Amino acid sequence: MKFTLSWLKEHLDTDEPLEKLADKLTMIGLEVESIEDKAKALSPFSIARVISAEQHPNADRLRVCMVDTGNGAAPVQVVCGAPNARTGLVSVFSPPGTFIPGKNITLGVGTIRGVESRGMLCSAAELEISEDHDGIMELPADAPIGKGYAEWAGLGDPVLEINLTPNRQDCTGVHGIARDLSAADMGKLIDPGIKPVKGEFPCPVKVTVEDAALCPGFALRLVRGVKNGPSPEWLQKRLTSIGLRPINALVDITNFMTYDRARPLHVFDAKKVNGNLTVRRAKDGESLLALDGRTYTLDPNICVISDEHGVESLAGIMGGETSGCDENTTDVLVESALWNEINIAQTGRKLGINSDARYRFERGVDPAFMVPGLELATKLVMELCGGTPSETVVVGKAFGDDRIIDFPLSEVKRLAGIEVPLVEMRRILGHLGFMVAGSGPVVKVAVPSWRTDVHGKADIVEEIVRIVGVDKVPMTPFERGDDARKPVLTTIQLRNRRAKRALAARGMVEAVTWSFISKPHAELFGGGQAELALANPIASDLSDMRPSLLPGLVAAAQANANRGYSDVALFEVGQIFRGDKPEDQFVAAAGVRHGFASSKGMGRHWSGSAMTDALDAKADAFAVLAAAGAPMQALQIVPGGPAWLHPGRSGTIQIGPQNVLGHFGELHPRTLEALGADGPLIAFEVILDRIPDAKKKATRAKPLLDLSAFQPVSRDFAFIVDRTVKAGDIVRSAQSVDKKLITDVTVFDVYEGKGIDPDKKSVAIAVTIQPREKTLTDQEIDAVAAKIVAEVTKKTGGTLRA
Amino acid sequence: MTDLAQLESQILDQIAAAGDEAALEGVRVAALGKKGSISALLATLGKMSPEERKTQGAAINLAKDKVTQALSARRDILKSAALDARLASETIDVTLPLREAPAEAGRIHPLSQVFEEVNTIFADMGFAIAEGPDIETDDYNFTKLNFPEGHPAREMHDTFFFNPGEDGSRMLLRTHTSPVQVRTMLTQKPPIRVVCPGRTYRIDSDATHTPQFHQVEGLVIDKGSHLGHLKWILHEFCKAFFEVDHINMRFRPSFFPFTEPSLEVDIQCRRDKGEIRFGEGEDWLEILGCGMVHPNVLRACGIDPDVYQGFAWGMGIDRIAMLKYGIADLRQLFENDVRWLNHYGFKPLDVPTLAGGLST
Repeated sequence: MKFTLSWLKEHLDTDEPLEKLADKLTMIGLEVESIEDKAKALSPFSIARVISAEQHPNADRLRVCMVDTGNGAAPVQVVCGAPNARTGLVSVFSPPGTFIPGKNITLGVGTIRGVESRGMLCSAAELEISEDHDGIMELPADAPIGKGYAEWAGLGDPVLEINLTPNRQDCTGVHGIARDLSAADMGKLIDPGIKPVKGEFPCPVKVTVEDAALCPGFALRLVRGVKNGPSPEWLQKRLTSIGLRPINALVDITNFMTYDRARPLHVFDAKKVNGNLTVRRAKDGESLLALDGRTYTLDPNICVISDEHGVESLAGIMGGETSGCDENTTDVLVESALWNEINIAQTGRKLGINSDARYRFERGVDPAFMVPGLELATKLVMELCGGTPSETVVVGKAFGDDRIIDFPLSEVKRLAGIEVPLVEMRRILGHLGFMVAGSGPVVKVAVPSWRTDVHGKADIVEEIVRIVGVDKVPMTPFERGDDARKPVLTTIQLRNRRAKRALAARGMVEAVTWSFISKPHAELFGGGQAELALANPIASDLSDMRPSLLPGLVAAAQANANRGYSDVALFEVGQIFRGDKPEDQFVAAAGVRHGFASSKGMGRHWSGSAMTDALDAKADAFAVLAAAGAPMQALQIVPGGPAWLHPGRSGTIQIGPQNVLGHFGELHPRTLEALGADGPLIAFEVILDRIPDAKKKATRAKPLLDLSAFQPVSRDFAFIVDRTVKAGDIVRSAQSVDKKLITDVTVFDVYEGKGIDPDKKSVAIAVTIQPREKTLTDQEIDAVAAKIVAEVTKKTGGTLRA
Repeated sequence: MTDLAQLESQILDQIAAAGDEAALEGVRVAALGKKGSISALLATLGKMSPEERKTQGAAINLAKDKVTQALSARRDILKSAALDARLASETIDVTLPLREAPAEAGRIHPLSQVFEEVNTIFADMGFAIAEGPDIETDDYNFTKLNFPEGHPAREMHDTFFFNPGEDGSRMLLRTHTSPVQVRTMLTQKPPIRVVCPGRTYRIDSDATHTPQFHQVEGLVIDKGSHLGHLKWILHEFCKAFFEVDHINMRFRPSFFPFTEPSLEVDIQCRRDKGEIRFGEGEDWLEILGCGMVHPNVLRACGIDPDVYQGFAWGMGIDRIAMLKYGIADLRQLFENDVRWLNHYGFKPLDVPTLAGGLST
């Protein structure tokens, strides 16, 4: 919402300086976004007349103009490309050295196609006073040549822009803003009241409203015998000062009423309207050429005003071109109506029209001002254009519902924590237009018709508090109470935190990727379901909710490789989606490593350089699971994994086949190709929600430590087995021989090559035997060793290496 | 010089000349071994008269002691020299560069760090932490929060929608974390004190907007909490979070459908060459929105607004992270450039605590 200081002062009798008014506006909820002083920025631009405009000798689209810049100076030669540069035109001139705000350049003396140009004739867009860049500005023929444009156009007036919240439709007009300021002690509201203009004859046009839900009220009157033309200087200046383009007096009146009184109106050229008007839903296939020059295709959800030939206006949004008023208009129909807010919003959105009328109607205008607004407009029409008014036709309601709120005075203290005396509450509410009856403890408050946002006690509290000032509310310490201090993180929140720290402690770098990825990438990882596809994605590669963190991580790793950083280890802990229900959303931890970003050591190094391999991913996965509190002894590793992993270099981590925690391995070359990434790339992903909850412990004390008094014994064994035999099976077989005595089995060597058959490998294990009750004799140890050999050879088909 | 003295001096010379332990052992055997020269002299004592034996015996034993002592002293010297020589040969290049320790190389994303900082502060004030799904219903994201159907306030949230299901209803990506407040109020009885951190989505993409961003909202519902408490909590939070002794805050009336009265909060700061100082300067920077929970929201969540009351606030995690740590462009948070992450990220052992400092 834009307005100027002088405009505000038409409605507010005040001596307060601009800065103070602006600060107060912000502090009562009408946030001042900017204060613009155009006069300063536009001081070099002056009014000038084109004395002659001739074809440029070397360019079809250019004209060479001689420009009278006034003050007796010699005419200046300017090369101009605007189609409307013509002899006699009064426009705006800028000499060399001028900064052109709309183009962000400083003008110099130029030679354009061989002809010297010593300045510029400007469009409104170049001055940044409107979007209009169709040719250079056209000023009235009597505009004073040589005078500063900004001053003449009334731009010396500071322009304030308010970032209006959607609830305050009453402040979409200057009068409403002035009312708020008057309540905040910034001056006195100027409100002389509106006198009805007597109709001289019945309105010849009948109005039928087919659907009162779409149009609760409609008022119309005819003014006959008007003389339309440019509006007077004061009105043009009002409009140009806030960036609106004056068109003609009748249209300018409607725009003025919109900004002055938050009352959008529409004017029809009565001679172009055929018969009576009907407010109805549009029919499929109907269309309208609107005042913005575009043709809109309509449907029955759109409310229109039609005459006997067809649609003439998009109700509450924009008028039609054919029935618009121009300088030939002699009879004008002035419409003031109420429209359904939701329907206006939907229509505006659907048609992509952001008009000043839509802006107000979708917020809900003051219903009680429908008729007074029409009276005020009629008065202006008669003042500016003459004519004789008809009586007013009113269909539907010309007022809103009464709203009377029972307001306990204690409510202010209860919700806002501040004491406000009743007399002050009355003063504030009174200035804002509320009527207060009674003296407490519960008063009756009648809400003014223009405050369509106020419905209940809390709204009244807000009115009082915002005018008193929120800064007056004393800060009150918020006691945390005497509840025991307990941890507040849930299990999954703790797992999330620990997973991140564990992975970062392994030298990995945390990424945060998009929750949405492209459909083909989602499909690669088991996603792409219809219920996870966005109906309105921002881009086609951000269209589907991710079923896995890996596509995003792989893309991030590749982007880093493309920047020249290919040895990266990235991880992410975040949400993944398997369906659109809350229970289908999981917290996953995933990581990728590329190149020399091995868990055995990052990068190439004199101490040894390792390329990442699938077991790095396994190590990462296990580190996360351990940190997140998974029962590590219960985890099973099953070779192989989903299709996105290398079939021979991947594994599945599970606790029984029903609870798969995740996967690790090298990415499948086909997956890499589909993701556009360079391999080899290793990856893991585990779902933190799938970790079984640990048993709740009754005490924080750790279980008693059971230390054996006897030395442990270590024995090494090497087995020759088929290459396909899994080391995990050898370890488990050895372990199973005596679960009490054997406390640890580790693999300390795996060898393939010289001295071993090509389809065999040697796996060496170290077994720790921990006696519990007595030192074992050599014979007893040998017996355990023999059992280990027997069990392993039986289970794996291997032999003890000689 | 007697023969004995000569022998002694000769052996002592040989000891001094021995270059290593093996040569020294040779000298010892030649002097004190079974057939050694001094052993041979001792063997002659048996044939001597007692008188002669007395004088000669003492002299020979004296010589033997001297030789033994010299051998021992020389052995110590040679051993030490041999050790020195071995150690010298074992010299390594200690200037070889190390591999960076993984715990030094790894990084926590600034967003994760700031989430932890925020949770730590509010946990200390007695708030629980609640979370909810990203994919929400229209009812929880809008209707229960007093956004009437078709109201322009809905347009302030440029919403990502999913395709309508068979019953015509369509899910959406939550535009704020407020649906978590709804879920909390529907499942818990007051008093309620929670903060709701999480990821949120709006259709927007420029230097200050990304289609996904993060929020933390707070909610208090009880029988006496009012705007004064809200102001205090936010003031305490800002001082703790930005780690400053003083901060000037400005509470402005505003509008949100779900609160009444509604406020926006600015903090005073000075911006100088990309650096931001709080509690000084001329700029007011908007950091959050808040207000008393709207009676319609309480009613929609089954809470009687005449008995219970409370307040809520919401702030952008991305925004406060950028402010605190001097991050210039929001989009960089999601670009995952390792150079950026190494610079703005945190080490895994930099866990924010109130006792040890949030960021130190």
